[in-house]
Amino acid sequence: MNNHTLALEITNLTKTYRGKVTALSKIKLHVNEGDFFALLGPNGAGKSTVIGIISSLVKKTEGQIKIFGIDIDDNFERAKSLIGIVPQEINFNQFETVSEIIINQAGYFGIDRETAKARTNDVLKQTQLWDKRDEVSRNLSGGMKRRLMISRALVHKPKLLILDEPTAGVDIEVRRSMWEFLSKLNASGTTIILTTHYLEEAERLCRNIAIIDDGEIVENTSMQALLQKLRNETFVFECATEVKKMPNLPGTEVKQLDSRRFEIAIDNDRNLNQIFKILSDSGIQVESMRNKNNRLEELFLNLVNSNE
Amino acid sequence: MSNNNSENSNNHAVIALQAIVRKEVTRFSRIWMQTIIPPAITMGLYFVLFSTLLGSRIGQMAGFDYIQYIAPGIIMMAIITNSYSNVVSSFFGAKFQRHIEEILVSPVPNYVILLGYVSGGICRGVIVGILVTLVALFFTDLTIHSYSVTFIVVILTSALFSICGLINAIFAQKFDDISIVPTFVLTPLTYLGGVFYSIDLLPEVWRQISLFNPVLYMVNAFRYGILGHSDIQVNYALTMICVFTVLLAFISHELLKRGIGLKT
Repeated sequence: MNNHTLALEITNLTKTYRGKVTALSKIKLHVNEGDFFALLGPNGAGKSTVIGIISSLVKKTEGQIKIFGIDIDDNFERAKSLIGIVPQEINFNQFETVSEIIINQAGYFGIDRETAKARTNDVLKQTQLWDKRDEVSRNLSGGMKRRLMISRALVHKPKLLILDEPTAGVDIEVRRSMWEFLSKLNASGTTIILTTHYLEEAERLCRNIAIIDDGEIVENTSMQALLQKLRNETFVFECATEVKKMPNLPGTEVKQLDSRRFEIAIDNDRNLNQIFKILSDSGIQVESMRNKNNRLEELFLNLVNSNE
Repeated sequence: MSNNNSENSNNHAVIALQAIVRKEVTRFSRIWMQTIIPPAITMGLYFVLFSTLLGSRIGQMAGFDYIQYIAPGIIMMAIITNSYSNVVSSFFGAKFQRHIEEILVSPVPNYVILLGYVSGGICRGVIVGILVTLVALFFTDLTIHSYSVTFIVVILTSALFSICGLINAIFAQKFDDISIVPTFVLTPLTYLGGVFYSIDLLPEVWRQISLFNPVLYMVNAFRYGILGHSDIQVNYALTMICVFTVLLAFISHELLKRGIGLKT
């Protein structure tokens, strides 16, 4: 155990549906206060079940969950007051206005109406929904609906924000503005747990990560440590001129894509400078270089496939 | 310290309750053409039929003009059906659209959820009751015999049927499920609950069977509050209403606590 305060501590959490289907099997998970934590896994792995249990929408079969040291079995109401949940599915009243939804939510958290109105204005400005405050929520675009759910989850100033695929189905511009917003929020001290299918998102935002598959945690480490596990990475090189013959590149696998482009799979212990030197000595001028796949994506597939 | 915690907790519960009640009242007020006006029109038609068209032929009942005799029952019928349908449709709608999760993920105690939805049902029941009473005044004179009995019966009855609506919504899984109870249980019980007749007119067997109908107690207690006449002992009727209300409130609180129909 480290010296950090734990925002979330899950011990031996098990969920069995109707005594038959095991969705979670004795999982253990620790999230430090202030962390930006990714919970990844394929569809049906158990991510949403974990979030459902933390938020009280799913009943656990056994195990213990503590939110900032508060056991949910002892004082769930106190624990819930520290959490903000952004679910995967739209779950607000489609006939209410944007402001009404957030003010009501503040009321459920015991925030008086005047304070709730002021905070609603603040969060709507932060999430760039201020000009939609009087709009009936069903008229919002998909991205705006997502931002509305984030605004709603923030109105009581939670210490722990849990987002279940918050950027699913939104365009890249909205996604990037959400990343920026969430990074700022995390920098201001809010602990964030994120589930996502966009692995680039997890790599870009999160410091620690757990991968869940088939109801079990198959990896739980720092993003940096996980990425170091990659044995090799594949890069796509684009050359300035046609490449007639590739030089010998020890410790790599080379695949020519066309006359000017080729893929090189490079072991992690190889230095890229060596590769560039050999290419340069052979008269090959590299115009650009990029990762073929997202690095985390490669690892994720490796881990999930090895668990099968 | 513990006093402060308890004070904060109470304060939180009051604010959360206000939020749920405000949301509920806003909901049915927003769609007043569906929720407030139709019962006034339907009950107004009863008054038209039983005052000018049929009432004069039926004559008096228990010493009152027929229209005067049935007016409290019709008002009570409106209160019962509207408090029930308000909660059943609102709570099931919240389940169906999943925005009930807004409350479930919040630190709102179960008794506050229960009180909030029931208060919403009472508000609609009382508003519709007042509206139907105003319509009734176009057809007959009504004076209140006992303000306290009238008030208690209206509040308890609308609370009781709001709780029934909540229980129905908790178990309902599709829209059909929220219309089965009103159609096959609530409507027959209401029509056979002494709204249109005195049970003293029934043969002894049917009179005894009628005593098992809970609506009979509410209609007669309310009639006592308005006209000062009841087919059954008012104290007994009030006791029965209280017992049913407390019992069903306890059951619905247990259902919420266990997350039946709400949590997997």
